[in-house]
Amino acid sequence: MAGTAVLRRLNWRLGTIREVVVETDRAATLHLDVDDWPGHLPGMHVDVRLTAEDGYQAERSYSIASAPDDRLLALTVERFDDGEVSPWMTEVAQAGDSFELRGPVGGYFVWDDADRAPVLLVGGGSGVVPLMSMARHRTRRSIPTRMRLLYSARSQDDILYRAELDKMAAAGDGFEVVYTFTRAPPPSWTGYHRRVDGQMLADVSFGERMNSPAFVCGPTPFVEAVAQSLVLLGHAPGRVKTERFGPTGGSS
Amino acid sequence: MSENQPPVSRGFLGRARDRSVAERLPPGQYLVHDFPVLSAGPTPHIPTERWDFRVLGVTGDTLGRWTWDQFRALPDETVTVDIHCVTKWSKLDMVWRGVSLDVLFDGIKLDAAYALVFSEGDYTTNVPVADLTGGKAWIATGYDGHDLEPEHGGPARMLVPHLYFWKSAKWVRGLQFLEHDEPGFWERLGYNNYGDPWREQRYSGD
Repeated sequence: MAGTAVLRRLNWRLGTIREVVVETDRAATLHLDVDDWPGHLPGMHVDVRLTAEDGYQAERSYSIASAPDDRLLALTVERFDDGEVSPWMTEVAQAGDSFELRGPVGGYFVWDDADRAPVLLVGGGSGVVPLMSMARHRTRRSIPTRMRLLYSARSQDDILYRAELDKMAAAGDGFEVVYTFTRAPPPSWTGYHRRVDGQMLADVSFGERMNSPAFVCGPTPFVEAVAQSLVLLGHAPGRVKTERFGPTGGSS
Repeated sequence: MSENQPPVSRGFLGRARDRSVAERLPPGQYLVHDFPVLSAGPTPHIPTERWDFRVLGVTGDTLGRWTWDQFRALPDETVTVDIHCVTKWSKLDMVWRGVSLDVLFDGIKLDAAYALVFSEGDYTTNVPVADLTGGKAWIATGYDGHDLEPEHGGPARMLVPHLYFWKSAKWVRGLQFLEHDEPGFWERLGYNNYGDPWREQRYSGD
């Protein structure tokens, strides 16, 4: 069951960046080779530790974006302008650089692929990162379980993984993505153009709500509102799992 | 890898080192000024009319039970403490209002070594009884001069500031004494059984 993967001592390991992919003007994905990486479950995160020349260290947590089967570990990091670690991760880090990681961590916000109930994913901004690990895992393993992602972004330019998400949805094998834009929608956009609300969640959630697991990740006000709406719509509170992102929500 | 010679991350400078703050930050923590919210699921909204707090013995027998009104009539105190979350944020000088566990345990024979704290829903966390007594733990109903908000654990949460904040269970409803230690929700998922921030006991085996 989820969580067994972390019940051992978590040592600091060296991760070496093999590739940096610029996702948006605020976010980048680091693809890492990690010494002796023990593997993860989709939805988990890692602790990252950077060390300055004088020995000063800073630690943060980042969600894993890659699927468990991917050869490299992918971390997508959004830059917070007054952050301490994220500016380094998004603007300084390049292939060949290395830093320490420890994990994987967090055995609760995890999709159990043996659970065949349709899965609702609701992501706000960079909160889509751990949800992407779940979507990728489903695709890599050709898992037939239906999965629907409701993704709230400020504008088209802020969407992470747009091409890959659209490709996964176009495969027509049970993965769907629905976007909503909170600021500027693309020209001639006919989809949602507002914050996620109860009506939108009613539209996208599956009929078998009580049994459908929901994973919600984003800034705290987003997560609070979405989780509460899902419960009001009939989702079992124990099946709604939440994770917070934000300048101080564990990800700066 | 050697803990003595961590690899330098090229070009990483970090924030200005403020010694007065640094002394109050356990290893791996960073300072925040807002009050982040972290919880595993939807926030429960608990009407105080149906809230109670129960202290159960090792066999599950009720040793003490307080309704909201009875609980609020207990002597409370204001405590100013530093809080350290396992997700790495620390917030200094947080001002809480709460009832000391010593008040709740008054008249109860404390012969068990462990306690499992339980909350609305399925959340539990284990804490040694020695860490709940002697002015080290409270049931908090107020923060920063107002009633504790639901997203921060209201109407009442545990406050055990010398341990990582997941031990300060939100939406707390009681605790049961245990003869033998038993891991709670996060402790079963790989988080440390005790959770001392100054020894950086984040995860199992730390």
